[in-house]
Amino acid sequence: MGQQQGAYFVPSKSHWPIVAAVVMFVTVFGAAHWLNAQPGEAGFGKTVLTVGFVGILLMFFGWFRSVIRESLAGSYNHQVDTSFRMGMMWFIFSEVMFFAAFFGALFYARMFSVPWLGGDGHGVLTHQFLWSDYAAAWGANGGGGPGKVGGDFQTVAAWGLPLLNTLILLSSSITVTIAHHALKAGHRGKILVFLGLTVLLGASFLYFQAHEYIEAYKELNLTLQSGVYGSTFFMLTGFHGMHVTLGTIMLAIIWLRCAKGHFTKDHHFGFEAVAWYWHFVDVVWLGLFMFVYIL
Amino acid sequence: MAHAATHDHHDDHHGAPSNFFTRWFMSTNHKDIGTLYLVFSLLMFFIGGSFAMVIRAELFKPGLQLVQPYFFNEMTTMHALVMIFGAVMPAFVGLGNWMIPLMIGAPDMALPRMNNLSFWILPFAFALLLSTLFLPGGGPAGGWTMYPPLSLQGDSVAYVVFAVHLMGISSIMGAINIIATILNMRAPGMDLLKMPVFVWSWLITAFLLIAVMPVLAGAVTMLLTDKYFGTSFFNAAGGGDPVLFQHIFWFFGHPEVYIMILPAFGLVSEIIPTFARKPIFGYKAMVYAIASIAFLSFIVWAHHMFAVGLPLGGEIFFMYATMLIAVPTGVKVFNWVSTMWGGSMTFETPMLFAVAFVILFTIGGFSGLMLALAPADFQYHDSYFVVAHFHYVLVTGAIFAIIAGSYYWLPKWTGHMYSEFWGKVHFWNSVVWVNVLFFPQHFLGLAGMPRRIPDYNVAFANFNMISSIGGFLFGASQLIYVGVIIHAVWFSKKKAPDRVWEGAKGLEWTVPSPAPHHTFELPPVIHDDELAHGHVED
Repeated sequence: MGQQQGAYFVPSKSHWPIVAAVVMFVTVFGAAHWLNAQPGEAGFGKTVLTVGFVGILLMFFGWFRSVIRESLAGSYNHQVDTSFRMGMMWFIFSEVMFFAAFFGALFYARMFSVPWLGGDGHGVLTHQFLWSDYAAAWGANGGGGPGKVGGDFQTVAAWGLPLLNTLILLSSSITVTIAHHALKAGHRGKILVFLGLTVLLGASFLYFQAHEYIEAYKELNLTLQSGVYGSTFFMLTGFHGMHVTLGTIMLAIIWLRCAKGHFTKDHHFGFEAVAWYWHFVDVVWLGLFMFVYIL
Repeated sequence: MAHAATHDHHDDHHGAPSNFFTRWFMSTNHKDIGTLYLVFSLLMFFIGGSFAMVIRAELFKPGLQLVQPYFFNEMTTMHALVMIFGAVMPAFVGLGNWMIPLMIGAPDMALPRMNNLSFWILPFAFALLLSTLFLPGGGPAGGWTMYPPLSLQGDSVAYVVFAVHLMGISSIMGAINIIATILNMRAPGMDLLKMPVFVWSWLITAFLLIAVMPVLAGAVTMLLTDKYFGTSFFNAAGGGDPVLFQHIFWFFGHPEVYIMILPAFGLVSEIIPTFARKPIFGYKAMVYAIASIAFLSFIVWAHHMFAVGLPLGGEIFFMYATMLIAVPTGVKVFNWVSTMWGGSMTFETPMLFAVAFVILFTIGGFSGLMLALAPADFQYHDSYFVVAHFHYVLVTGAIFAIIAGSYYWLPKWTGHMYSEFWGKVHFWNSVVWVNVLFFPQHFLGLAGMPRRIPDYNVAFANFNMISSIGGFLFGASQLIYVGVIIHAVWFSKKKAPDRVWEGAKGLEWTVPSPAPHHTFELPPVIHDDELAHGHVED
């Protein structure tokens, strides 16, 4: 619990931040060890990574539990609420910039590096001296680069599963908004139905994406190693998929919290933060659908 | 008056907890966390400094003297990473943590637990980074810019990438906290355009941090997958391009340069008015100049890459955009000088460092203008001229401002005056030796000495020896600084008054010295004439 100090709420001391720092360290230390293990070497990296990851999950559980308890005890006043809102907004902005780096790589590869390797531009000698027979193209006939790294591959058709997934995510944005309006109107039954629907839509998105990945690896020979096309395709859709996973878990937790009656029509920042996050994930997908799949 | 609104420290009910572990590891107090940041950054300053001593010792004479070339490269790489992410940035965050709530009349940071997490990530991140020096394959040796394919050759890539991820998470959370504090926690009457320039500089810096640290995270993630998972982002055979990394890195890197200097601008803009006993000249112009520099920082990144083979249009655009930065920076330098003009100046240690900042940072700015000229940069690129340039802006710029700020507020933090005599000894030693250290490097660079080499042509011997002597003595001078701090914290008998400096204005001087564990539990009633910028002309 925190204390009300004068006109302000200042949270009490907590062990969760230092626990968080420790488990994050354990996780990345394990991951680094694992990545550096020689082939065939047993190594302790994987074990440490697993321990760290479980630690992170427990840390989140514990930290959020104490925050939820403080919130239910009515400790959080309007000013704290505003700080939380700003925190979430700027966090989402940082996520936007993270995706911007990968979109930047995609645009650079398509607009500059692949055409230059194909002989475009002035004074670009790589084409002339190394790969004079490479004809620049994006996708199946050139996205693997002049060295055909990863072998020949086919691309995922935009108007199949990706279109379905677009419709799924767009509908989920609508259902989460309906749930929000229901929350404001105080209709708990309606909240649970539409928020539950949102969780199901998120999960089905993930199911179809997993399906698409399996098909890409098994039938199209499109892998993470398929040149810069495969790199940008899987890193962009993969990071997006991780965000959808996280968002779906968060939505499911919010569903439980709604079922337990944690939120009132005036006091439901947790709900809104997750809804904002979900819309952000949705917008990133629209960028992906446009620039990774269609164009 | 604000003083009445704070508890006097002897009847403060919410004093610091006595349990050491609880107080320092589980803190939610902005002052304690600020202290942690500052102590950490001082430690990193000496670790990074010891790497610099190795570099200067190796370069004392031509020929391989002390260390193997690979170890030398590890030293240049680690020196930069430790100084940038471990010393300069945490020092600014520490100063911001300590002073922003005091300057805007807030009880604490907006998100105090996240504040503690932001700090505690750092010791782990640097343990991870520094541990690579002891790995069988050695640490990173491809330069702090981590350009592929060179940087991908070592075995330490994963460790370095994850350490950078952790530092980025810490910086982003710290920045979010600062923005939320400034926008949400100001005392009533502390309008945005009445805030101290230091607070303004941090608000804008925090925005830069949130905008670019994730881009760095993306760039190093691509390094990671290229090295371990077979992606082709930076592999030409797979359709990628090593230059792509440079673009993404410098899209982060150039705003990062301003992340390390804008808070320094803010510090100097606090100190000069105090010791000139005049309000800052052109307060609004100072704020707008910081904002303009921040905006421009996003559209100049490729000036780090003039020699990489950019299309001509790119060279020209980035050259002119870079030169534009001289305009708002010139406004700032002009305003600092105008603030001093006609003031009743005294030269206590913080003021000495601040004045040295104005002069020496401007020298760094001028060499920056020379480097901004694309055709000239073809000659200067990757030479010691570049090394001299960025050390003038970072050492005599950022670090001098941090030292100035620490002397300025040390009495407020500790409740005791530091030794003015030893402070001045520290200053004069620093300012003389730092010039002996870095000024000859301009000549070395113009004569053609490349950076990041352990051995060099005998033609460069004399200037290198002079530079190394300056380096050792500058390094040794910083031990005086530690002595002054230790004396002020534990041994000084001279009590500091609330308003430590005669000409100081602002809310931080209305609370007792040392500042009680909790301040402004009730928002202070603000009178504009107590503020440094309470009467801004429209």
